[in-house]
Amino acid sequence: MMQPFLLAISLVILFAVLLALYRVIKGPVIIDRIVGVNVIGTKTITVILLTGSLFDRIEFFIDIAIVYALINFIGTLTLSKYFHRKGVEHGRVTQ
Amino acid sequence: MILLSIVLIGSGAFFLLMGAIGMLRFPDFYTRMHAAGKCDTLGSLLVLTGLACYGGLSLASVKILLIALFIFLTSPTATNAIARAAFKNKMPLWTSEED
Repeated sequence: MMQPFLLAISLVILFAVLLALYRVIKGPVIIDRIVGVNVIGTKTITVILLTGSLFDRIEFFIDIAIVYALINFIGTLTLSKYFHRKGVEHGRVTQ
Repeated sequence: MILLSIVLIGSGAFFLLMGAIGMLRFPDFYTRMHAAGKCDTLGSLLVLTGLACYGGLSLASVKILLIALFIFLTSPTATNAIARAAFKNKMPLWTSEED
């Protein structure tokens, strides 16, 4: 009973990832894209853990999820720091 | 316990989907960030807590709760850093059309 429910929830979250991916591709400002990548990363962690529960192998998937959370956080922070210094102006990166 | 986990995971997926729709529909960068940051944090927190309830009391559940705590601490921090980078570089704020 639990397996189809987890599968359906995973599909819903993947649909949300598609919506966020539209923002990453179309986003007018560079910072919009960074926010989209951050959101996609957080959703990916939940999808990894849902997949682990779906296949009853959650011990192996947890470590991947931990590493993914760390990479997501550090990458977002680094990019925001970089563009904080370099400057963002009206959608384009200033030269 | 199964029922509790179903309720938690379902509401978490609802929050994640609403956050993605808000990110798609809002008119400004700051409002989009408002939708993305909060709905994302709460939604993933609910889904991870539901998975920990589903797994029962084991080492895996404790690790899942640790990931939830990590997301609860770091996702607002990342959102704050991005918003600060945008605000310091004088991104234009959204105003209504009548002004």
